[in-house]
Amino acid sequence: MSTDRKPADNKAWFFVIPVIISVAFTAIIPLIIVINYSVQDIFGPDDRIFVGSEWFRDVIGDPIIRDSFWRSIRFSVQVLLVQIPLGIVLGLAMPKRGWRASAALVLMALPLLIPFNVVGMIWQIFARADIGLGGYFVNDVLGISYNYTLVPRDAWFTVLLMDTWHWAPLVALLVYAGLRSIPDAYYRAAEIDGAKRFAIFRFIELPKLAGVLTIAVLLRFMDSFMIYTEPFVLTGGGPGNTTNFLSISLTKIAVGQFDLGRAAAYSLIFFLFIQLFCFIFYTAMKRL
Amino acid sequence: MSGRRVNSRTDWMRRVGLGAYFVLLMLPIAWMVSMSLQPNQDILSDFTWFPETLTLDNYRTIFSDPSWYSGYLNSIQYTLMNMVFSLIVALPAAYAFSRYKFIGDNHLFFWLLTNRMAPAAVFLLPVFQLYQNVGLFDTPLAVALAHMLFNVPLAVWILEGFMSSVPRAIDETALIDGYSFPRFFARVFLPLIRSGVGVAAFFCFMFSWVELLLARTLTSVNAKPIAATMTRTVSASGVDWGLLAAAGTLTLIPGALIIWFVRKHIAKGFALGRV
Repeated sequence: MSTDRKPADNKAWFFVIPVIISVAFTAIIPLIIVINYSVQDIFGPDDRIFVGSEWFRDVIGDPIIRDSFWRSIRFSVQVLLVQIPLGIVLGLAMPKRGWRASAALVLMALPLLIPFNVVGMIWQIFARADIGLGGYFVNDVLGISYNYTLVPRDAWFTVLLMDTWHWAPLVALLVYAGLRSIPDAYYRAAEIDGAKRFAIFRFIELPKLAGVLTIAVLLRFMDSFMIYTEPFVLTGGGPGNTTNFLSISLTKIAVGQFDLGRAAAYSLIFFLFIQLFCFIFYTAMKRL
Repeated sequence: MSGRRVNSRTDWMRRVGLGAYFVLLMLPIAWMVSMSLQPNQDILSDFTWFPETLTLDNYRTIFSDPSWYSGYLNSIQYTLMNMVFSLIVALPAAYAFSRYKFIGDNHLFFWLLTNRMAPAAVFLLPVFQLYQNVGLFDTPLAVALAHMLFNVPLAVWILEGFMSSVPRAIDETALIDGYSFPRFFARVFLPLIRSGVGVAAFFCFMFSWVELLLARTLTSVNAKPIAATMTRTVSASGVDWGLLAAAGTLTLIPGALIIWFVRKHIAKGFALGRV
């Protein structure tokens, strides 16, 4: 929100009411239902007992859930380490003018517009050793044994590669937009001073990119932390539990086992964790 | 960077590097398109770099089998509904946030953001029960409403960004000139932010189009989206890869078509209107 002086008028609340109603229906009511489930053990429609914090203690102590928490953290950190530098390099390399700039923008944005399950499917086909170009190339041309359905390391690598393929363009687009907002005069001044390319990046471009990079880091962190559909289609969380990320294990408990109380407690802890990051995100953005 | 002497060697490297990246970016998509043009027995027999026989049979199957093409119709239906609802709800709210200070505005704005970031998996069970209780389960309307969870906040954020770049003096002048508020909003203000409305619409369309988890949970037969049709085919005995690839290829078309119109604003939209 811009911070310039705006007239104070509480009648503005009337404009916001439709949003409140719509989000109440999609967020508040479901959240109340989740809280309701999380403190009860439900056997049937008329057969339920209050169990207090039992589910929460159960979830926090569950080794499978703990594992998937650390797995998701590890995945998100790796995603950031790979995608942010790659995105910066790509954003810097993108053409600034003419038809090339338009073409680069459209090509960059294309992976972002593919339904998540189709992204999973594209890589499911592409990385298969028998029918996929990528899998065949690695196995038969490079001679490296690779099978994402059987080998945990290969599965992890494939999910990371798929996510980078899918989302590094987002970082690149944000960096590109940030670079476009730097006036030409800055570059001319640097040229007069005889600045080297790296000095231009370090002292002119990087400070201007701080804002978009904050957005990129936090969007990428949260979306990779909540990743569900792509690894679900690609590996279904396997082999074993190798790619059993938080959302996947939560969905298994909620929909697969229909374990209402445990799933609800799990949801709330997950949700609160995400809220914490939202708060950091919002505080960081307001300072831009 | 005009006026700077172009270092031709680094410039050449930059172009080659970027070109190579785009080739890698397009390769998996190209592979899917190539598979969609082959019969399944060709795909499953010996590996070939290029298709041996080209056929449109996979596409013909999709366009003639209602269980396939109705998936596309359902997806387009709830996506468009969601886009319209989200914009109608978000426009006045974004105006309020961009023009006025009011009690709780900051907290409300933050709360909206948390909904954009909420994991869909968290809302799965309650949303399922809620829509079943109100009798909306398995209708496109249910999915359209559920997707408002993340699209309304997004639309508010994007529109607020665009609205704040319109000087407030315009509002004041129009109201002094005797425009009523609704007339001012429709005749003066909306045309000024029409690119913002376009971008917000595009992003609502897109995020609703790519989402699977909620869409799959809230539908069973009548309103099944194309994404769900595809995942359920995977679990059936024996996968028809050619057919699946053709279905996947068709899901790229809506995004690829509209992307051209918003290419200049696309980064701003992804940055929630904050570049």
